[in-house]
Amino acid sequence: MLTAILVMVGLGLALGIALGYSSIKFKVEGDPLVDKIDAILPQTQCGQCGYPGCKPYATAIANGEADINQCPPGGEPGIKLLADLLGVEPKPLNAEHGEPKPKSVAFIDEQTCIGCTLCIQACPVDAILGAAKQMHTIIAAECTGCELCLAPCPVDCITMIPLAEDIGNWKWRYPVFEIKSEIKAEARA
Amino acid sequence: MNILAKIFNASNGVHPPEHKLESTSLPIQKVAVPERLVLPLRQHIGNMPKVLVKVGDSVLKGQLLAEANGTVSAAVHAPTSGTVVAIDEQVIPHPSGLPDMCITLRPDGQERWVAHDAMDYRSMDRVELLRRLRQSGIVGLGGATFPTHLKLSPKGTHPVVTLVLNGAECEPFITCDDLLMRERAEEIVLGAQIIQSLLGAVECFIGIEDNKPEAAAAMKAACEKSGFAAEVGIVPTLYPSGDARQLIRLLTGKEVPADGRSTDIGIQCFNVATAQSVYRFFAHGETAVSRIVTITGNVARPGNYEALLGTSVDDLLKAAGGDLPNTDGYIMGGPMMGFTLPSSAVPMTKAMNCVIASTPGLFPPPAMEMPCIRCAACADVCPVSLQPQELYWFSKSNNLEKALEYNLQDCIECGCCTYVCPSHIPLVQYYRYAKSESIAQERAQTAADQARVRNDNRLARIEREKQERAQRNALRTAKADTGGDADKQAAIQAAMERAKAQKEGVTPQNTENLSPAVQAEIAGIDALRGDMTSTAPTTETNS
Repeated sequence: MLTAILVMVGLGLALGIALGYSSIKFKVEGDPLVDKIDAILPQTQCGQCGYPGCKPYATAIANGEADINQCPPGGEPGIKLLADLLGVEPKPLNAEHGEPKPKSVAFIDEQTCIGCTLCIQACPVDAILGAAKQMHTIIAAECTGCELCLAPCPVDCITMIPLAEDIGNWKWRYPVFEIKSEIKAEARA
Repeated sequence: MNILAKIFNASNGVHPPEHKLESTSLPIQKVAVPERLVLPLRQHIGNMPKVLVKVGDSVLKGQLLAEANGTVSAAVHAPTSGTVVAIDEQVIPHPSGLPDMCITLRPDGQERWVAHDAMDYRSMDRVELLRRLRQSGIVGLGGATFPTHLKLSPKGTHPVVTLVLNGAECEPFITCDDLLMRERAEEIVLGAQIIQSLLGAVECFIGIEDNKPEAAAAMKAACEKSGFAAEVGIVPTLYPSGDARQLIRLLTGKEVPADGRSTDIGIQCFNVATAQSVYRFFAHGETAVSRIVTITGNVARPGNYEALLGTSVDDLLKAAGGDLPNTDGYIMGGPMMGFTLPSSAVPMTKAMNCVIASTPGLFPPPAMEMPCIRCAACADVCPVSLQPQELYWFSKSNNLEKALEYNLQDCIECGCCTYVCPSHIPLVQYYRYAKSESIAQERAQTAADQARVRNDNRLARIEREKQERAQRNALRTAKADTGGDADKQAAIQAAMERAKAQKEGVTPQNTENLSPAVQAEIAGIDALRGDMTSTAPTTETNS
């Protein structure tokens, strides 16, 4: 009896020490789930989800405060990836937060710009170059198309231009074949 | 020089009808300078070069029009002397049919060369040679159009010991390398010597398919004549043995790792036409201004034509006697990997090795796609040992992750699987779709990562500025609380004292330090003044 108790206590102590040690030794900094969710989000930092950026939205999803269907730039593929990650059923995009749009970049009409720097302060990725009473311009390669610069502009000189297809970003199409209409051919004959 | 005794086991592949005899009966013919040359800026893999000329400039043949921009880039030169008439977007030979930036040149017909000299590659500094080669506009002419100067300065840890010259030309219809080897073998061999010396390679293999005996004989003779110790390997005619990795395996028995380059195993491969342009550059200072292109299919005089870069396909067809009736389109490249040109007005580029005028008889419209029966005929012919039938499922269902797991990226898009598929499934089109889709996703991911970093940096900066401001405010309030008043009082006191001292120090007296004569004069005047005031009434009364 005593031996059994001793063995159990000994085992408990040994395992406790091992677990305690590993919890210190292998402590994970930060929340890995938040980072995983953040990696899926498109990083437009547009705030359409109702949170001030992708990271806060990722944190909210991880805490169960936000749903996975609030990100229009991520669209259906993004929701599917989030659903896979979190082990939940994918659901359609919540229309309250907006519709997915083709990727665009902002463009400043330099004739109208008054150099007020309000858009520079609004840009979440520092993609606008300029200074007070100096011309402002968008660094197109860094612009995420979040549209956050549109609202603060007092002279409405910023427009969104959808990215056109060119040789650099052209993609091969999914093979689709025309179905020949036999009826038409007969009618012509 | 000798014939390579052993050719290693051939990989898988197909042997479609060759159609090479049509275009090999005539020697290489020169195409006259056309009325207009259109030079796309992007004729190579890599960055768009920087334009150095403006509309209205007159340029000489071989003059630099646009210089290489960034690491992976190539220059563009004027193919003849003339005037720049436009720099704008025009349709280029590309499967998308989209326009891209081009320089349009109106030739003056005089073919005046810019100053160009031969260079002695043996005595010149290697870095300087590579710098000049970078501005020579020479790119791989086999079709991949990778800038040649980069291939000559490999970054790998392994030294390059073997040079492989690719004269296999395995695609049906194309014969431009065949004719080049027959007619200009000596230039190719001299170019190979330059390349070998620049690479520091010790051996050279020349791979030629066994359907080109004349070319192989010419190359052998040229090697013997110049005493170049290269081994000519006659490889069996089997598509796609002209692919660099396939040819390297056939000639050396070594397999290039899937995730690496041939330089990782000490081998570098060049097309024979590229070797010839390297020779023209070093021996005559000639930049990339022309190339040889096969015009074949449904034309009056199929053959090989040497034309200036930028010559329109229409002009090339005219030189070949025009296309015969029933032509329904033009294919650039071979029938296996080529694509239908968006229009016959597009210019010839460095990548254009062949134009085929197609007819419904030569290339019947694709048969109806039937379901995959999992016969694995595609897997039997795949030269890179993939599982095309699996890749097909994953690509068709947009399961890119799974397709990549099955090494979609290793697909060389040779088209063997499509060629043998009994269900007429356009397999390669599915792989191309899936590959470009996965590249786009990768790009989007890179952009997202960059945006995340920029956003994090911005938030960190805002936080830092907030802290700095708080620190400054705290410092100010701390000062006001403790010794602020005392400091102020002391300052006021000090200022008052300074003012006082100044007042005392300065006593304005302008009669000090005068000479005795002046003082006497002043005293005299004063005395006179006193006399005048006392005597004046008297004098008045006296008079």
